[in-house]
Amino acid sequence: MKLVLKKTASLIITLFIVSLLAFLAFQIIPGDPTTKILGTNASPEKVQALRAQLGLDRPVLLRYWDWLVSFLKGDFGTSYNYLRPVGSLLADKLPVTIALTLLSFVMTVVISIPLGILAGRVRSQAADHAGVVLNQVIMAVPPFFFGILSCYLFGIVLKWFQPGNYISLSDSVAGGISYLLLPALSLALPRIAMTVRMLRGSIREELTHNYVYTAQARGMSPGKILIRHVLKNAMIPVVTFLAVSAAEIMTGTIIIEQVFTIPGIGRLLVSSIGNRDFPVVQAIVVLLAAWIMIVNFIADMLNHWMDPRLAGM
Amino acid sequence: MGKKKKINGYLLTGGILSALLTAVIVTGFFWTPYSTTAMNAKEKMQPPSLAHFFGTDNFGRDVFSRVMQGAGTSFLIAILVVLIGCSAGILIGSLCGYFGGTADLILMRICDTITAFPAILLALVIISIAGSNVSNIILALGILFIPSFARVVRIQYAGIRDLNYIKSARLAGVGTGRILYSHILPNTIPILVPAMTIGFNNAVLAEASMSFLGIGIQPPQASLGSMLKDSQNYLTSAPWYALGSGFMIVLMILAFSLLSEGFQQSNR
Amino acid sequence: MKRRIASLLSLVVLPCALSMGFGATAVMAAGTKNASSGKTELVVGLSQDLDNSLDPYQITAAGTREVLFNVFEGLVKPDTDGSFVDAVASGHSVSEDGCTYTFTLRDGVKFHNGEAVTSDDVLYSFETCAATATNTAVAGALSDIQDITASDNEITITLPEANSSFLSTVSSVSIIPKDYTDQATAPVGTGPFRFESYSPQDKVVFVRNEDYYGGAPQLEKVICRIYEDANALFTSLDAGTLDMASHLALEQVNSLSNGYEVIEGEMNLVQALYLNNAKAPFDDEKVRQALCYAVDVDSLLELTEDGHGAKLGSSIYPSFTKYFDETLVDAYPYDPEKAAELLEEAGASGLSFTIKVPSNYQPHVDTANVLVEMLAAAGINASIQKVEWSTWLSDVYQGRDFEATVIGFDAAYLSPDALLQRWVSTDSSNMIGYSNEAYDAAIEKAHHAADDEAQVEAYKEAQKILSDTAANVYLQDMADFVVLNPAFTGYEFYPLYAIDFSKIHPAE
Repeated sequence: MKLVLKKTASLIITLFIVSLLAFLAFQIIPGDPTTKILGTNASPEKVQALRAQLGLDRPVLLRYWDWLVSFLKGDFGTSYNYLRPVGSLLADKLPVTIALTLLSFVMTVVISIPLGILAGRVRSQAADHAGVVLNQVIMAVPPFFFGILSCYLFGIVLKWFQPGNYISLSDSVAGGISYLLLPALSLALPRIAMTVRMLRGSIREELTHNYVYTAQARGMSPGKILIRHVLKNAMIPVVTFLAVSAAEIMTGTIIIEQVFTIPGIGRLLVSSIGNRDFPVVQAIVVLLAAWIMIVNFIADMLNHWMDPRLAGM
Repeated sequence: MGKKKKINGYLLTGGILSALLTAVIVTGFFWTPYSTTAMNAKEKMQPPSLAHFFGTDNFGRDVFSRVMQGAGTSFLIAILVVLIGCSAGILIGSLCGYFGGTADLILMRICDTITAFPAILLALVIISIAGSNVSNIILALGILFIPSFARVVRIQYAGIRDLNYIKSARLAGVGTGRILYSHILPNTIPILVPAMTIGFNNAVLAEASMSFLGIGIQPPQASLGSMLKDSQNYLTSAPWYALGSGFMIVLMILAFSLLSEGFQQSNR
Repeated sequence: MKRRIASLLSLVVLPCALSMGFGATAVMAAGTKNASSGKTELVVGLSQDLDNSLDPYQITAAGTREVLFNVFEGLVKPDTDGSFVDAVASGHSVSEDGCTYTFTLRDGVKFHNGEAVTSDDVLYSFETCAATATNTAVAGALSDIQDITASDNEITITLPEANSSFLSTVSSVSIIPKDYTDQATAPVGTGPFRFESYSPQDKVVFVRNEDYYGGAPQLEKVICRIYEDANALFTSLDAGTLDMASHLALEQVNSLSNGYEVIEGEMNLVQALYLNNAKAPFDDEKVRQALCYAVDVDSLLELTEDGHGAKLGSSIYPSFTKYFDETLVDAYPYDPEKAAELLEEAGASGLSFTIKVPSNYQPHVDTANVLVEMLAAAGINASIQKVEWSTWLSDVYQGRDFEATVIGFDAAYLSPDALLQRWVSTDSSNMIGYSNEAYDAAIEKAHHAADDEAQVEAYKEAQKILSDTAANVYLQDMADFVVLNPAFTGYEFYPLYAIDFSKIHPAE
């Protein structure tokens, strides 16, 4: 309980720092929202007027304070570029990214754990080597490269899939999910390979322990030994890794959404940075940071819970 | 296991691949079959041939020469990023892990912040302040890579500092610097080597992703990421363009992962 | 157990198998787009998102203007041949001295919200446009109006002096309903298509205006998908997701595998290597001229577009027919030796400079790539700095902190002023800091020209001055390729940025 409190406090502090840094970053990068809005029609007077209208002429810290206060009240401000409340913009985009992340995460877990167990148990040297090499190859394929290749293969050559024809989840859940399958797989593949590699290693390591031989001697079936004893221990590092993967998949969506033209928060973040639309960037940055930290926190908790040896740390 | 005598296939394959790659890359620093920038309207989009191993691009430039150059740039960036991340990580991690206390708390909080901050925003900030050139990309990525190394090192130091041999070294009056870097550091190497391999892979990927998003290497200098991006337009008519640059990335990461896998297996 | 490994294998072998499959693709993909006639829903790909405000007077991006062309109309509107046709007005007359324009409001024109267009709306539109338009040239031209009055269905505009290009100004004043405040997010106009919805980074949907005075268009619905990335758009197009896309590059069109109809036109842009005339080294006319001689535009066109595209010699593109002066195109023939000579004379041998180019416009980045290579051949060391569009706007366009940049300027409305006004020394959008008294005088002369001929003459004189002083290294009006699903037909090019959906209809 004490640990939970401590972690929560540090989460809040970090979020605060992250949001402040993001805010300050916008003071440093060249360009402000008025430049994008006025485009090639800008004149110094117009820039001045628009800056005043958007409240950009006020001191930085004061603006940050205002942002913080309304953010805490649940008001994320209004996007400069889309002239819509950031909240409603996120309500549009967030479900897509969450669906993509979840789908990819589920794929990782569902595919990698059976394969990992299999790889850990395979007796044949040749099959084991083939598996390891394959794994290494998959790990080496960047998600965006796989994305481009699969757009080409499944989209242009085989026509199983229409790149760019994203179906909104609100129109059709099944349609939306089926569009997200390939992007989710692109993100999941390297994670699957890493998890399989890890699980294989830790199962093999566990199998060398004495308790396995003892159990065997007592006539316990290999399946039972695997599930009751070996997996229980072998899964400890894997569960932590999977939890961290959930965070990495979420950040990985930034590029995959570009490749597959998915209207999620990754694309929104990239374009909003370009537009200097900082109410939007602020909200997404805080959201992503919170997600990364919560997931890491869960990973820590799982670790402590599963591995009593760590309790003292 | 008793199988140590067998030739470690991973080490061998990884070694051969890495050696080949390094040879290609080092050669690329001094010499490429064609100029990497010379354009030729008559040779646009040529398919692979003996004259052009990977064909030519939309300006008639030799893709193989550009892949050589791009791989060299990625390689240089990745190595330096890992070096920066790793050495700064060792410094921070060792101090935090060994001494603990408030400084540890603050430094680890900073690491959390960097980890939680979207990498592309951070990279963009650094690059738009300092300008988009190779050294700033290295700097931006290097900073992003510090926390992961610092964490790994810190846990090692925190675990080792209370072991008896360190305690006795302290009692024997060995200086803190020596304890930190000649007594404890060697013990972290089995953990650091795989972390560096993963770091190298991630750095190659990060550079490629940045170039892919258009905030990396400036043209006409070749970069694997931006070549891959440009090649998207020509998947149907000139697939070699995408494959040449894409597979170079794959190969580079694969070679070093195999090496690392090999090292780990032979240490077992 | 083995079977599972096999399935893992097949998963991984796929990317490898790709490389072998490529050869056969051309055969497989040919003619897959089904040409089912009678389709009345058009899916268009846009390579950039819309402007933040859809208010017709606030639009800044050409990409937004070209689709909202279907929603908004002025009293008159531009036609494909560059003339003006009646729109919200059913006719107009000009007084003999050329100072008074009388427009007759068309009967029964309705806004998309169902309300009838009244002369009050027209007055409101002219006032609002003059007061709020972000386009300085339009706002400036409107401020010249001496008097504007309405009686019944007649609108009379009085000018202080004759202006033969006044109709172009009128065409740029979209008629909008009085006191309607949601134009920015839910635009309402009188055009053939009604704005239905917009989802940022996703799509914007238009449906046909059943009450359109010119007859309802044949297409029922136009869905514009937003890509913000030309490469992703292209992949989508190649996979048959889209019915239409415009502003494609030649290489993209050549790569298309699915039997689209390809229509070639011009981008209607003045692409140039714009030089900062106010700062060293380009404050020296000789240095600028040297650059002009050092650039081989023919070979640039050959490299980037297989020779398509139209060469330019000044700040006007060929679609401006009578205003375009083609004699300037070859004012600076490729001559690297002469370039070197001029540089030496100017004491600028071994010149080196940086070209800042917006990273989101690939054609400009490509052109910059070629320029760097060409200039290197003439001993000039140019390097590229790709910057984000926002950075470009703030540093280059507003801050004027640059040496050279590659960009294309389009005309917001059909008057040479839309392209030439900005180089007047006092103009706030004079990005290159061009300052030439003779030029200012020529533009002034054009504004006050008594007749059309004199005006054309004055605009040509202005172009000649830009060319003589090598204000910029003028390059080209790039070729614009539009591809259309063969199930549709009727696409037509305009001399400015516009995609007219009302002309497109299902093929027979």
